[in-house]
Amino acid sequence: MELKANNISFSYNKRRQILKDFSLSVDSNRIIGLMGDSGSGKSTLCKILAGYLTHYSGEVTLDGNKIPDRGFYPVQLIFQHPEKTMNPKWKMEKVLNESWTPPKELRDTFGLKDQWLTRWPNELSGGELQRFSILRAINPETKFIIADEISTMLDAVTQVQIWEKLINHAKANNIGILAVSHDPELLEVICDDILFFDEINNL
Amino acid sequence: MSDLPWYNRGLFSSLNLRQKTLLTIALTGLLLLVIFISGMMINANLPTDFSIKMQPPSFEHIFGTDWMGRDMFIRTIKGLSLSIMIGIGASIISSIIATILAFVASINKFCDSFVSWLIDLFASIPHILLIMMISIALGKGAFGVIMAVAFSHWVNLTRVLRAEVLQINTSEYVALSKRFGKSKLWIAKEHILPLVLSQIFVGTLLVFPHAIMHESSVTFLGFGLSPHEPAIGIILSESMTYLAMGAWWLAFFPGLALLIVVLLFDIIGDNLKRLFDPSQANN
Repeated sequence: MELKANNISFSYNKRRQILKDFSLSVDSNRIIGLMGDSGSGKSTLCKILAGYLTHYSGEVTLDGNKIPDRGFYPVQLIFQHPEKTMNPKWKMEKVLNESWTPPKELRDTFGLKDQWLTRWPNELSGGELQRFSILRAINPETKFIIADEISTMLDAVTQVQIWEKLINHAKANNIGILAVSHDPELLEVICDDILFFDEINNL
Repeated sequence: MSDLPWYNRGLFSSLNLRQKTLLTIALTGLLLLVIFISGMMINANLPTDFSIKMQPPSFEHIFGTDWMGRDMFIRTIKGLSLSIMIGIGASIISSIIATILAFVASINKFCDSFVSWLIDLFASIPHILLIMMISIALGKGAFGVIMAVAFSHWVNLTRVLRAEVLQINTSEYVALSKRFGKSKLWIAKEHILPLVLSQIFVGTLLVFPHAIMHESSVTFLGFGLSPHEPAIGIILSESMTYLAMGAWWLAFFPGLALLIVVLLFDIIGDNLKRLFDPSQANN
């Protein structure tokens, strides 16, 4: 499968344009890294690809087809701050099951302890919460994952561990990954190919 | 020991703040419940005894007696329970209205501006005027007063809830939930309602004192309950005739009792608010 963004232009207000004629293609058996400076519009692009922002020009297609807005969205975004993506009044079990119910082996693979499931989101650390976010995103219906700086709150060793598990799972299930970061060393290690945001953004 | 704050010394020093808050709520609630239930069990047609009419407070009649020889303490309790009943009805109905409107406002832009317009409209009419009009239109009596108070007190809670729902709707977890393919109704029920439930609860309790006060004042002005229902407002307005003759106890004790009940509800509301505050949820 192929996730394509064609000639995407976007601006939050009239004064400053963020994206201009931006085109990008991700294949589902590859891991593409996208590197750019802070504030360059990486997160905005991620939100457009994952269907969070809709008032852009240009189009995002999956295998040449527009992605329907109803139902489970096949392009899932993993946010930089996991604590903001969880309802503070929900137990972690409900948070996890909102997307799907991952089998026990998968929970073990990502180092999710069973006792965390009965906790509130504010009782777990950022790294623990991010494991939940990743597990939520790898729903069987997911075709692509947009990882927007998902490992910035982790130490180097844990970063690599989590990325390795995510990549293994993605390769096995034919899920494409777009890894967005401003950390060249990390992208160097995990990605098949690295794109530079400013070079493909025609501003 | 002296470096402990005042609330950690003395009789309740073994309790933490949460337990103390719960204790306050429980005791206050119990007191109100006792007033309410004992008032409910009193027959409204008190025996009249003209041989003991207009007696000042004594140990036999601690609130004194009125011009027909009825015990003012019993009348006050009966009046308070009537006020509490009206308060319960009015505040529950007004919070239901507020909740529905807040969720309606979150449907789309048009609904939001409609609800905002409705809020502004009702907020611009003086409460007491609105209550009088609705009460008369619905034929006075307990039903009229409950409806009148309910339809004039949803405004503040609606405003708070609308803002709260708007804020939750823009959160990342709601956006993510939509990407998981969940419907708007599901999100409203599962995501938003649990988060605003405490607000609704506290809002209901904080409407209570207003409801009781307004019920009394509108009854005092003669647009509320009918004279044979001994509500506090009726008692106060009747006592006006005798106040000039020196019968101060006819107005003083019922008025004081009303004030205390209102304060009790306020205490419960404030303590619940503290209990539900998410930033202090783990204390």
